[in-house]
Amino acid sequence: MSIQVTMATAQRLFEQLRHDPRTVAMMILLPALLVVVLRYVFNSKESFEHLAPALLAIFPFIVMFLITSVATLRERTTGTLERLMTMPIAKLDLIMGYALAFALFAVAQVTVVAVLALAWLGLSVTGSLALLFLVTVLDALLGMALGLLVSAFARTEFQAVQFMPLFAAPQVLVSGLFLPRNQMATVLTWFSDVMPLSYAVDALKLVTVSAVVTGELLRDVAIVAGSTVLALVLGAATLRRRTP
Amino acid sequence: MINYVVSVEQLLVLRMGHEILHELTFAIAPGSITGVLGPSGCGKSTLLRSIVGVQVVQSGRITVLGLPAGSPALRRRIGYATQSPSVYPDLSVAENLRYFATVLGAPPDDPARVLEQVGLEPQRDQQVARLSGGQLSRVNLAVALLGQPELLILDEPTVGLDPVLREELWELFHRLSLTQGVTILISSHVMDEAERCQSLLLMRDGSILAHDTPAALRARTGAKDLEGAFLRLVKEMPVEERQA
Ligand SMILES: Nc1ncnc2c1ncn2[C@@H]1O[C@H](COP(=O)(O)OP(=O)(O)OP(=O)(O)O)[C@@H](O)[C@H]1O
Ligand SMILES: [Mg+2]
Repeated sequence: MSIQVTMATAQRLFEQLRHDPRTVAMMILLPALLVVVLRYVFNSKESFEHLAPALLAIFPFIVMFLITSVATLRERTTGTLERLMTMPIAKLDLIMGYALAFALFAVAQVTVVAVLALAWLGLSVTGSLALLFLVTVLDALLGMALGLLVSAFARTEFQAVQFMPLFAAPQVLVSGLFLPRNQMATVLTWFSDVMPLSYAVDALKLVTVSAVVTGELLRDVAIVAGSTVLALVLGAATLRRRTP
Repeated sequence: MINYVVSVEQLLVLRMGHEILHELTFAIAPGSITGVLGPSGCGKSTLLRSIVGVQVVQSGRITVLGLPAGSPALRRRIGYATQSPSVYPDLSVAENLRYFATVLGAPPDDPARVLEQVGLEPQRDQQVARLSGGQLSRVNLAVALLGQPELLILDEPTVGLDPVLREELWELFHRLSLTQGVTILISSHVMDEAERCQSLLLMRDGSILAHDTPAALRARTGAKDLEGAFLRLVKEMPVEERQA
């Protein structure tokens, strides 16, 4: 591993996105826009307060998932991944470069959503704001890590985009957005128990309602962080130096 | 005894279940320029990929600079330019070169050096997606020159270039081989380029028809020029005589 190469990779991703300002604008503003729309779909502060923690987890997760899966697939199809694999770059340098660049975007994205929800939409947070921020960024990174992993199984950009409804949407549906997770059909409760996004939503719910850092909250955060690391390591394993 | 830069023994490659390279055996002398020629689809790119170490091979042995092909220690010592350009289209020429130079651990002034070598200084800050076809293939070549590799493997680097540029690049190749002892393996379709190589590797359907100097090939076939010699060998020579 080389810090220099990791940083250069993150910088390169920034430069790529700088040439594509529309994507950057959408990445940072879209989750905020959707949250505002939903606030007025429910048109009641109480319902919104109930929903907001889940929304804070879900939109950054989806946007990061999409952006990363397309970005890595493009790296595969343009041959730049193959070229990098002929060079002295560790697979983890590449993965960590991606993680670093997108983590910074996740921070920007989450800042906009959180400030909006707190200052304008009437979300109140009993727990620590720093913790809210941390969990949300971690969750955006989870989306990034999963996007990176599944892009290895996409051959075309059409497939990569469809992986969103395939891998991200089911997690969103069972994450406790609509109903508490234990009120779903038993099979779906089991399914939601093994999906990492469920724990991100749980954690955000806990942070908004209570100032106490409970064991449950720590467990949730550990599961989200652990799943992110696992997905990144599996993602690194899908990068091949030799191809058929 | 000569220490070969590349030595290939009984190389067998399958792609999608088809045998693409049939037990090739040959060796390449240090500081030479070897042209790999043959009809489209005969396996030139597959052979070059195998030597770089990005191709899964079924059997046989490839030794490059004294190490098995694909060894991590070779990643700084080989410059490889793929047939279809593999650079980031959304970055500028300079941004591409700077990134790959950092990955290779090349000195910071290396991008300027290779830009000069391929004559792309005026396009330095232009986005790669907006380059002409010939400029694009020269950026691709420039990346292969970064870090002053001992072995250059160039897959059709002069496609789409006008005669003046082709002439300049060939002067560069000769200069690298003469003054710095760089060994160059170059695939091509253009017969007047074959004349500029010290040694030619003539392929057909995944086998080697001949491995000789241009003069010896002309003499052997009795043809006036290489084009004639090439056509005679490709069309007329029965499979059994190839290894002679
Ligand atoms: N990714 C791949 N998967 C499976 N088969 C492939 C792949 N790429 C090439 N082939 C097949 O391998 C054979 C050799 O291809 P290769 O690209 O090595 O030819 P080439 O001599 O470089 O041709 P050209 O001069 O057109 O570039 C061809 O029959 C081709 O169809
Ligand atoms: Mg080819």
